[in-house]
Amino acid sequence: MSTGSQTRDDVFEILDEVMDPEVPVLSVVELGIVRDARIEAGGVTVTITPTYSGCPAMRVIEEEITAALVARGLSPVRLETVYAPAWTTDWMSAEAKRKLQEYGIAPPGRSQQESLVTLTRASAVERFRCPYCGSHDTTLRSEFGSTACKSICYCNHCQQPFEAFKSL
Amino acid sequence: MTAVASTGFEYVLRLGDDRLVLGHRLSEWCGHAPILEEDIALANIALDLIGQATLLLGLAGKIEGTGRDADALAYLRDAIDFRNALLVELPKGDFGVTIVRQLFFSVFALLQAEALQRSSNGELAGIAAKAVKELRYHVRHTADWVLKLGGGTDESHRRTQTAVDDLWRYTGELFLGDDIDRAAAASGLGVDPSTLEKPWQTTVRDVLGRAGLTIPESPYMQRGGRTGRHTEHLGHMLTEMQILARSHPGASW
Repeated sequence: MSTGSQTRDDVFEILDEVMDPEVPVLSVVELGIVRDARIEAGGVTVTITPTYSGCPAMRVIEEEITAALVARGLSPVRLETVYAPAWTTDWMSAEAKRKLQEYGIAPPGRSQQESLVTLTRASAVERFRCPYCGSHDTTLRSEFGSTACKSICYCNHCQQPFEAFKSL
Repeated sequence: MTAVASTGFEYVLRLGDDRLVLGHRLSEWCGHAPILEEDIALANIALDLIGQATLLLGLAGKIEGTGRDADALAYLRDAIDFRNALLVELPKGDFGVTIVRQLFFSVFALLQAEALQRSSNGELAGIAAKAVKELRYHVRHTADWVLKLGGGTDESHRRTQTAVDDLWRYTGELFLGDDIDRAAAASGLGVDPSTLEKPWQTTVRDVLGRAGLTIPESPYMQRGGRTGRHTEHLGHMLTEMQILARSHPGASW
């Protein structure tokens, strides 16, 4: 059992090096999965929240968070999962969105707040900017992509399929 | 278990079972959907529902207080102990049946989750707030497909109309509302499903109308799922869903 002289900020700094396994260009801190950290005499407690209820990456993320902290002398590590407030892409910083864009994933827009069942066609909901050529002449092919957090789009200008981060 | 805890357990179990059973039915499409994008979409929706079910069954187990966790509730109960509505256990049918059922359920689940965000149980309110965001995508996706199929070819229209005709009689059960629902609503934990019927009708009738689909005139509605009287289909589904967990009790990987 040891926590040395490390602070909450140190914990966040360490976790900022733990990349999301499905979006490896963003850390679990940048994504907003890590909500809080407390250093106590008996170790460190990290509060996390899942992006989606069924996100299959959460188990791996938990293991990687624990491993990163233990490797830096912080143990034992306790993880607390909270569901409120619900995770939102609005927590993503401008810097994080820039990294996504560079990586080839169109970043999310503002999350949708409208109440029930606005029956706009999905294709009319959001027009993403192509991360490759910057064109706005893009088509949303499917709101569901390779992971729970991404949609599939197509750029009519450079004719490149690309992924976009869902606005949640 | 006290009477209050028993009501809470039964109420949350219904929420969890609806999502678990439908999530499994949807997962049966994996590798079989008509186009790749839709294969991925149905798998994503299944994952959302199974994720919500995991949280809800975990909460139900906590309320019950006898040590059963989400896995024990999902894998170690028989059909008679499941509390899902009949609608979600029916076989996946063709793509028209899957999409029409998914529209019917998604609109119901979204209305229900919107109301449950105000539950007096903080954990249930949190699960609901998260689910609302996911269910909005499900509603939009399935409504989009109903419009495409209803207004598509003669064949797609015919199949989708058949799906509406076959499934409509299973929608009434969603809104029945019995003593457990009313007690859960009175305690602030839950919402009485009968209050969701009107907005559900408005939305669903709007989508079907725009898709050129008609609603059967017969008012007869099936019921039974909420009290454990299921169709023969649920047992077969559970056999497949539970075999691994039951063959290797307590295994972890």
